[in-house]
Amino acid sequence: MARVLMEAFVRHTGRVAALARANVDTDQIVPKQFLKRVERTGFGSALFHDWRFRSDGSPNPDFELNHPVARSASILLAGENFGCGSSREHAVWALREYGFRAILAPSFADIFYANCCQNGLVPVRLLPQEIGELFRRHQAAGGEYQLTIDLEEQRVDDGLGFRTTFSMEPYRREMLLHGLDEIGRTLRFEDRIGAYEKGREAGNGKRETW
Amino acid sequence: MTARTLFEKVWAAHVVQQLPEGPALLYVDLHLVHEVTSPQAFEGLRQAGRRVRRPALTVATVDHNVPTGDRAGPIADPIAARQLEALAVNARDFGVELFDLRSPQQGIVHVIGPELGFTQPGMVIVCGDSHTATHGAFGALALGIGTSEVEHVLATQCLVWSKPGTMEARVTGALAPGVTAKDLILALIGRIGTAGATGHVIEYTGDTIRALSMEERMTVCNMSIEAGARAGMIAPDEKTVAYLAGRPRAPSGAAWDRAVARWRELRTDPGATYDTQVELDASEVAPQVTWGTSPGMVTSVTGRVPSPADFPTDAERRAVTRALEYMGLTPGTPLEGLPIDRVFLGSCTNARIEDLRAAARTVRGRHVATGVRALVVPGSQQVKAQAEREGLDRVFSEAGFEWRNAGCSMCLGMNPDVLQSGERCASTSNRNFEGRQGRGGRTHLMSPPMAAAAAMAGRIVDVRRWPAS
Repeated sequence: MARVLMEAFVRHTGRVAALARANVDTDQIVPKQFLKRVERTGFGSALFHDWRFRSDGSPNPDFELNHPVARSASILLAGENFGCGSSREHAVWALREYGFRAILAPSFADIFYANCCQNGLVPVRLLPQEIGELFRRHQAAGGEYQLTIDLEEQRVDDGLGFRTTFSMEPYRREMLLHGLDEIGRTLRFEDRIGAYEKGREAGNGKRETW
Repeated sequence: MTARTLFEKVWAAHVVQQLPEGPALLYVDLHLVHEVTSPQAFEGLRQAGRRVRRPALTVATVDHNVPTGDRAGPIADPIAARQLEALAVNARDFGVELFDLRSPQQGIVHVIGPELGFTQPGMVIVCGDSHTATHGAFGALALGIGTSEVEHVLATQCLVWSKPGTMEARVTGALAPGVTAKDLILALIGRIGTAGATGHVIEYTGDTIRALSMEERMTVCNMSIEAGARAGMIAPDEKTVAYLAGRPRAPSGAAWDRAVARWRELRTDPGATYDTQVELDASEVAPQVTWGTSPGMVTSVTGRVPSPADFPTDAERRAVTRALEYMGLTPGTPLEGLPIDRVFLGSCTNARIEDLRAAARTVRGRHVATGVRALVVPGSQQVKAQAEREGLDRVFSEAGFEWRNAGCSMCLGMNPDVLQSGERCASTSNRNFEGRQGRGGRTHLMSPPMAAAAAMAGRIVDVRRWPAS
């Protein structure tokens, strides 16, 4: 189903899983052998497949998400440039289906960030030192660490003294807060699209001059 | 009027509506579609009872998962076959032109767009593939999008995009013999990092860029995404016009004359400023080879595998340690001399006719080293046919390369062309991520002549000094 993943996100409290690696690319998030599906579903078991499972198919106990305390995590704490590489939206579908609702990182790759916002996965950009502090707190708590992400207030809070705000473009925030269908939003401007097309057909439109 | 950059001009000409909450609704002139990132988008249209707004501006082909061997029989992988069948059904149901496996024009979407003349200066071009940046070589604003955005463009012919920043990458000086456009872009990525241009559109300027052929410019723009930029652009010039002249989908007659007049005016105004700038002296660039698991982990072929201790931050030291472990490399090892098992000549970065010619010049009269398996996968069936007219297929075949049909192939290993765990590959593709070419496979990115020389030598060699006399 197209829009099932696009459920509204106002605030969420959940267990944090930490993946202290920079430049995690979408090939790692969903390896290519899983891209042949024609549905938006069925990718949860593929998430981080080659890191999560050994070549014989057994779980890799060393992988961060396989730690017992990380199993129920719904918030992913990540390194810089998260989601770089391929445009595959399958990466976001896999993260959502696995159970993640939000990702915190110092930076995200552009296409991945846009894909998150289309699927109710909230990408939260924090300062590198804030992310560093969260990694420290997560480790100090032995992984038993929770955060509350409040999208309405644009606030992150661990209830133990860590409190900060983040920014997000109002357009993306609205979409996530209300679980909006972007196509429906754009079709409000259908007349403008039609007028633009007519202007072009008539020639000598403004597109003709730079 | 204030001086504007190439990007700002193309952007402004496509704004249908500035949205109050930040982004703009941008009109899309050309939407390229392939089998892997489109089925869910078409299904979404179907469920919502929507149609494709402008089928005539939408073009589909199959490339990512197609077999590159014999095409006479059915496709062995039933899941891949289902995905190809889904695209055929979607193209038919929604009235979209499809270049399928039987088409003599089939090929990698970023190779056939320019080759058929679909790609033109001043356009906004999108595709559900991050290497869409390739088309920026023509002065188009071309970017990769996700599947939800594919569905959005199909339904509305528009893309919602917040205006990115601009970066000028100014490249000056002459390339030394044996150094290619691939080495230029790898050197630039090494300089600014894989997130160096995130949030920006790069415009490549300078006399080095002007001196590049259209195909070389495509190689440069193609890897913009590997520097974090969703798009890279080069202003059109007489080379652009000459390339497009007579292409089947380029304008013709009076429309051609009008188009060319517009294209000739499309460039950054003198005095226009960019948000950020980077400069590269091309004369100092040597052939590049990646040593790690990210395109930014790159150095000259004369260099050595670095040590984690060489890097300033904890995060980098961890990343390098991990990369070296994955790649099976020890700090201090010279790149030159590393034995390789496989060679891949292909991908949307380096599988055009000039790439194959350059590789063939290195190969001619020699043989692939014992124990090395080498593959040539032309970027399109037309490139393949052209190469065969020039006899390049014989040069490669006689040297022991496998000569294949067009597709993405081992660049991402969605089809049967994959590395086995531990195999080391000299590859002309664009990503050396862990597992990209096959789980456990070790990828070293380099130029076509460098990869061809590696195939002959059975190890990484400096093509400038090879073969040693």
